[in-house]
Amino acid sequence: MVAFTLRRIAISIPILIASSFVVFLLGTAAGDPLDPLLGRNPPIPQATIDAERVRLHLDQPVLERYWNWLVGLFSGDFGPSVKQNLDIGSEIFARFGITMRLIAFAMLIALVLAVVVGVVSAVKQYSVVDYSATFLGFLFLSMPAFWFAILLKQGGIAFNNTVGEQVVYTIGDASVPPPTDTFARFADIAGHIVLPTIALALISYAAWSRFQRASMLEVMNSDYVRLARSKGLSRRRVMVKHALRTALIPLVTVTALDLAAIISGAVVTETVFQWRGMGDFLLESIRTEDVYALQAWLLLTAIVVIGFNLIADLLYAVLDPRIRYA
Amino acid sequence: MPEPVTPPPVSGPAAEPSTAAEPTRPAGAPPEREFTVSERSQGQLVVRRFLQHRLAVVSLIVLAALVLLAYVGGALWKYDAGEITPDNSVAPSLAHPFGTDAVGKDQFAQVLRGTQISLQIALLVALFATIFGTLWGAFAGYFRGAVDGTLMRIADLILTLPLLAVAAMLGHQFGGTWWLVALVIAGLQWAYVSRVARGVVLSLREKEFVEAARALGASDARIILRHLIPNALGSIIVNATILVAVAILLETALSFLGFGVQSPDTSLGLLVSEAQTASVTRPWLFYFPGLFIILIALTINFIGDGLRDAFDPQQTKVRA
Amino acid sequence: MTEPVLEVEDLHVTFPTDDGLVTAVRGVSYRLRPGEVLGIVGESGSGKSVTSLAVMGLLPATARVTGSARYRGRELLGASDSELSGIRGKNVAMIFQDPMTSLNPVYSVGYQIAEAVRAHNDVSKQAAMSRAIELLDTVRIPNAAERAASYPHELSGGMRQRVVIAIAMANDPDVIIADEPTTALDVTVQAQIMQALETAKTATGAAMVLITHDLGVIAGQADRVMVMYAGKLVEAGSAEDVFYTPRMPYTLGLLGSLPRLDQKSKQLTPIVGAPPSLINMPPGCPFTPRCPLAQPVCDEIEPPLAATTSLDHLAACHFSSELVEAKPDDVFNTEVADTKALAEFVRQTEGGP
Repeated sequence: MVAFTLRRIAISIPILIASSFVVFLLGTAAGDPLDPLLGRNPPIPQATIDAERVRLHLDQPVLERYWNWLVGLFSGDFGPSVKQNLDIGSEIFARFGITMRLIAFAMLIALVLAVVVGVVSAVKQYSVVDYSATFLGFLFLSMPAFWFAILLKQGGIAFNNTVGEQVVYTIGDASVPPPTDTFARFADIAGHIVLPTIALALISYAAWSRFQRASMLEVMNSDYVRLARSKGLSRRRVMVKHALRTALIPLVTVTALDLAAIISGAVVTETVFQWRGMGDFLLESIRTEDVYALQAWLLLTAIVVIGFNLIADLLYAVLDPRIRYA
Repeated sequence: MPEPVTPPPVSGPAAEPSTAAEPTRPAGAPPEREFTVSERSQGQLVVRRFLQHRLAVVSLIVLAALVLLAYVGGALWKYDAGEITPDNSVAPSLAHPFGTDAVGKDQFAQVLRGTQISLQIALLVALFATIFGTLWGAFAGYFRGAVDGTLMRIADLILTLPLLAVAAMLGHQFGGTWWLVALVIAGLQWAYVSRVARGVVLSLREKEFVEAARALGASDARIILRHLIPNALGSIIVNATILVAVAILLETALSFLGFGVQSPDTSLGLLVSEAQTASVTRPWLFYFPGLFIILIALTINFIGDGLRDAFDPQQTKVRA
Repeated sequence: MTEPVLEVEDLHVTFPTDDGLVTAVRGVSYRLRPGEVLGIVGESGSGKSVTSLAVMGLLPATARVTGSARYRGRELLGASDSELSGIRGKNVAMIFQDPMTSLNPVYSVGYQIAEAVRAHNDVSKQAAMSRAIELLDTVRIPNAAERAASYPHELSGGMRQRVVIAIAMANDPDVIIADEPTTALDVTVQAQIMQALETAKTATGAAMVLITHDLGVIAGQADRVMVMYAGKLVEAGSAEDVFYTPRMPYTLGLLGSLPRLDQKSKQLTPIVGAPPSLINMPPGCPFTPRCPLAQPVCDEIEPPLAATTSLDHLAACHFSSELVEAKPDDVFNTEVADTKALAEFVRQTEGGP
């Protein structure tokens, strides 16, 4: 198991490095930060443009620039932003915390919901519950996240109006200034995170619950479940200790694989609810063609995704003894 | 899959099996006893199973109707998309079934045009991504070793990045027209297809018919093209439909953010984006585009589900 | 006569499928006496496995089962799941065909045996585990104490099947049903498994139902033999009766298709054709299209199981009297008469996909 872990970590490192190169190339392809300067009226003096070019290291050949950037990363330097006094590193980490809060919460809820609905659907196959859950699942899978988020916003406002108080918030991740009282603070955060979480969770849940249903059905019809029943174990014990235990394992991998998609979903959700998180940072950087900011964004998400996949791999090995020596 | 060859009986004259075993029976009298289940080709079986999935069949009809509506209806409709009429911000009426926006553009025409765009992009993405991704994955899965390693590492690197983010970056640079947006999306989604294709090929290549083909002297290319890919077709087609649905949602999201299809052309996502603030005051601007997106994606998802059942039926399915 | 430990009467099992209602088992009846070994022989699709699964209540929910199956007088069909759970694994145990998929991959083999023990006995985990190790030892798994912590994928197919046998033995059942226990294993391992089954029988004193398509496996093990064809019982009797004086052409054909090392080499007798479709079965004997003795009456009237050489030896054939002293190659045609058809077959199969 230890050897397995070390090997997995060892493999991740070259992947990460290769990733950083791809990220760098993408950043370069995403635009020329000098373009907006060239079209300005009144025109910017050439000297300023040249100085900017040097500041952004655009005068260096690609590979050299990549190397310098990579080395700089180790000392926490993400490179110069188009905005002169913006420290990409600190800004992005602040945003990262905000977004991860949303993603972690949404994934947790989506997972729990998916397992419950998937298992119930499988156990009560072809029942009304199964059919409605399946239909709802398909509906959420087909729903554009941004449209649904706007709908939730509308609903939240209507809800507030009926209750007469601002219970749920539709803008931002916290009130400004944040309340001082701990309980009020907690309620404030909760109120802000409720709607975006629902938006983000419901779409992942849809895909996972269908997967869980299929996985559960497959396991329920397996030989070893049949043998467990022939041993005289109660139906409940067979369901939980044999069927569910093995049916949950593939979900681990699926969750990890979906993380990139969830990050995409978070970008959209944050836009609708106007959170100043990673999503907002990304869109802003694209619009301003802030190459280094984009690279930092991509690199950070790549690290998160690769790291998460690593954890999923290890978790899988813990849950399924057959994998441990692969 | 090759048709099974039933060997003739090894006793009695070369004749119908039933008469050979019962020499005393008058012709025409015996009940049909040998396998009463008639032989059907693989394709027929798939079609038959698909037709049993009612929801998928209904979805196919609805989708076909949508396509007709978008193209034929769009061409015949009295207003063009983007055409400015004198009626501003009109609620749905007989003249404007989906109402008009603040500038006076007929929303029915807009939504139809957006539907066209979504369908075209989805089709293009599905075609490119599936063909490219399948070949990529099939080669990786078949040759394994270093080839597999390199090919799949490249695919994996693309998969670690959030599609929307990268598409937005590239869309900002190259986007605007619908087919460029399609290319951008396809250029990223092939990686998913390649994973699936590789998985299927990996499991198929160990099967006996591959060994048999190789023993008969088939070249690698022939094995991949004539044997592996046709057998992987089921998974690939199912995956392609999922791809189409995802592509539609991705394109609308891109356009919503402003990095997909841009003015003067329109997209369902763009329409929703423009209607964000009007969702309460002028709901027709917000709901119609959204519902159309849902309808397209939903029908495609159901069709994909029907196809999955048709190609790989669950043994536990019961018909009353 | 001692009271039967398992009594099956007029068992019918039907499954709904896409193509129609499949009758997998049609009116099977048998009695199993304590300590007796009953061999059930038949081709794939003859209904032999379904019969046993129906008795254990392990068929999928879509199956429709009628008739009666009684364990020591207690009706099993239609009993509640909790009632059946009390009997399964304790009084009636089952061994399945494919050892590679019969064990749960995420639990150790010791755990899975101990689980069977604790299902019916209120003992501590340690006590159950030591019993598990004891059982592993009994089925001749080397280093039982260490092996108990192994996972199924670390064991060979033969060893896994022995673990399954250990699980079946765990609570000293009265009946062990072995459903094709050696089919999925190499011939060299078969003998070991049959020996393990023998050990299980001696250790528990259980009656055994041995289901197989391989007559060689039955020979020497079974006291009584039942032959099934197309969901029906076509011959039943003591092993000597069925092996030496078969009275049903199908049985004769089966015996003739066995290569024998103890006799001069003769032509094997292939049985023409394939088993019938189980949907919309026509009237009459299901073996008719393949039977060399078939007459018009065989198509019209299904022969009942009737006594032949003795009251205990039953066969379902209108012409069982014609099989007295018959040898397989007397009844079945062993010549390849149709050389043209054979050549055609060869040409077709080598002509490409």
